[in-house]
Amino acid sequence: MVKALLEPGTVIDGFRLEEVIHRGGMSMLWRVTRQGDDLPMVMKVPLIAEGTDPAAIVGFEMEQMIMPRLSGPHVPKFVAAGDFAVQPYIVMERIAGKSLLPRLKKLPLPYAEVADLGVRIATALDALHRQHVVHLDIKPSNIVLRPSGEAVLLDYGLSHHEQLPDLMQEEFRVPFGTAPYMSPEQLKGIRSDPRSDQFALGVLLYFFSTGVRPFGEGETLGAMRRRLWRDPEPPRKLKADYPPWLQEIVLRCLESEASRRYPTAAQLAFELSHPDQVKLTQRAERMKRDPLTVVWRRRFNTDLTAPRRKPEVTAQLTAAPIVAAAVDLVADATLNEALRTTTQRMLATLPSARLACLNVHKLHRLALDTTLDSAGHNKRVDRLVALRHWAEPLKLDGARLTVHVLEAVDPADAILEFVRANRVDHLLIGARDPSLMRALLGSVSAKVAAEAPCTVTIVRPLRETAP
Amino acid sequence: MLIALFADIHANRQAFAACLDDARARGAQRFVLLGDYVGYGADPEWSVETVMALVADGAIAVQGNHDSAISEPRETMNVEARVAIEWTRGELGRPARDFLARLPLTAADADRLYVHGDASDPPAWTYVASTAEAARSIQATRARVSFCGHIHRPAVYSLSATAKMTAFTPVTGVPIPLLPGRRWLIVAGAVGQPRDGNPAAAWLMLDTAHQQVTFCRTPYDIEGAASAIREKGLPVWLAERLSRGI
Repeated sequence: MVKALLEPGTVIDGFRLEEVIHRGGMSMLWRVTRQGDDLPMVMKVPLIAEGTDPAAIVGFEMEQMIMPRLSGPHVPKFVAAGDFAVQPYIVMERIAGKSLLPRLKKLPLPYAEVADLGVRIATALDALHRQHVVHLDIKPSNIVLRPSGEAVLLDYGLSHHEQLPDLMQEEFRVPFGTAPYMSPEQLKGIRSDPRSDQFALGVLLYFFSTGVRPFGEGETLGAMRRRLWRDPEPPRKLKADYPPWLQEIVLRCLESEASRRYPTAAQLAFELSHPDQVKLTQRAERMKRDPLTVVWRRRFNTDLTAPRRKPEVTAQLTAAPIVAAAVDLVADATLNEALRTTTQRMLATLPSARLACLNVHKLHRLALDTTLDSAGHNKRVDRLVALRHWAEPLKLDGARLTVHVLEAVDPADAILEFVRANRVDHLLIGARDPSLMRALLGSVSAKVAAEAPCTVTIVRPLRETAP
Repeated sequence: MLIALFADIHANRQAFAACLDDARARGAQRFVLLGDYVGYGADPEWSVETVMALVADGAIAVQGNHDSAISEPRETMNVEARVAIEWTRGELGRPARDFLARLPLTAADADRLYVHGDASDPPAWTYVASTAEAARSIQATRARVSFCGHIHRPAVYSLSATAKMTAFTPVTGVPIPLLPGRRWLIVAGAVGQPRDGNPAAAWLMLDTAHQQVTFCRTPYDIEGAASAIREKGLPVWLAERLSRGI
């Protein structure tokens, strides 16, 4: 086995090494170029020598398996991989932005900025989870923002792919990860729960908004294990002006029991992007940690610590979709009734799904719109009230239901924009009766159905047809 | 090159034919047959003739325990298997019986080894049912990748450079990279009598250029195979289990 000497100018399989960008404990990063290729690229070369930590090798193997299968704006584009027998490497796209690491110097960040970062990271996590991967090492240095704004997740050496052999699981009996960010279930050796990434993101959001790490920096197993039963100080205790909605979200991400966190990263992103709709529970109000009696119960109640059935990434995601219902409040009652029945039928089988009820307040192209109608009512508030009234018979828990009035000139565009921005999985929309207006203006539901990036169900009350 | 690997055909003509069609449609250029062409199913003659034709055409075939039992009756098989073997022996002509008796226990090709069960002692017909047996099998060979069948349930095992074993239940249709840094044992499911709860016929496609293996499933006429078993008067259970994949 002959290893090429790596220095600037060396060419490996057509890639020319230009300069070292980063030298870590387990690998080196080189900026590389290839003739006729404009993509900015980096080559990751594992540091493998006598006595190398086996984790470096296995982590690299995992990355070699996982990276070629990932796609989309939230991962670096995979270019090539080199054989272990000759010179192991992975060449990937070099992301132009900076990692979140330098921001550590400026903590705490403003709340709005933290929430915005949270939406971007949760959206990236959702994209990753939908590709069957749990990252398991979410931390500031592994997150880069593209100039276009998307968060990119780096480093898949500790990741779990639900459709590939988990080499890490078998190789090491001790948990691997970054101590301050590691979830309780990771400490117990569970690597297949996508909600572990949500916990790590919760640590990041807590840290970025308060300047303090929720579980300290403890590197020993004992110090790390404390998070299995001890909850962190509520952020409001550290900062008097901490918004209750943000505390609600951050503490929910940090629940030691994964089933008490958000069912999916998409639902977390949804909450972070609609602060005014966050259902506040006692989490939001908390000013001190749980009393010791609760902590002891958590610690010594073996029922709580008993191993659960192995979580499955895809099964969990498909059980917790974001469903949106576009309700036309002026449509006839039969149609809205049919829309509600269909919504109910769908939610009945999905206890973790959430429902967003949408209504479009159509703005006039020319005339000046006022928020108040002739009688002085606030039109927007009226519509929100009407949406809640429509949804009331569904008897959904407040944390699963949100209502939204979108203002737009083109209703179809507004609905499509909402569906895209909030990663809606399934949209329900009523089909209005054929009418002259629709014939002239085109149908909203038809345009939405044709252009939506998700499943669309067109609802229509059963019509009597002529024999 | 794309190589299709079939294990445990067990005289299931409907399943075998469907898998051959499917593999060819997906571009298979060669066939490797991992043993147990007969036993359990209703069409041993057709199955063995098809295997003989494939071998004449360049396919590799190794011997399975049911193939070997045609010429060397054994007491270790369960009742249904014994009944099926006794019946099969009467169904097969001389050339087919000779062909089965002369099959090798193992075959090597490039860095690969083909064997019906545990490679550490092929004539013992041990099942590779866990990482312990898989480790023993891998360590007994020099091959980088071994392929076997026999247990009728798909699995992937690998041995790392640090001598750690991993076990994995593959997902249908998702290629698994055979990373060069470790040694692999790929256990094919059964073409003719799947026992992993999925009644569709199971086989493998190996892509040697990209060094990856894909576990494939092919639906077939289960009712046809089951009624043929009943018509031949073979134990009814052998027909019933097909539709449940157990």
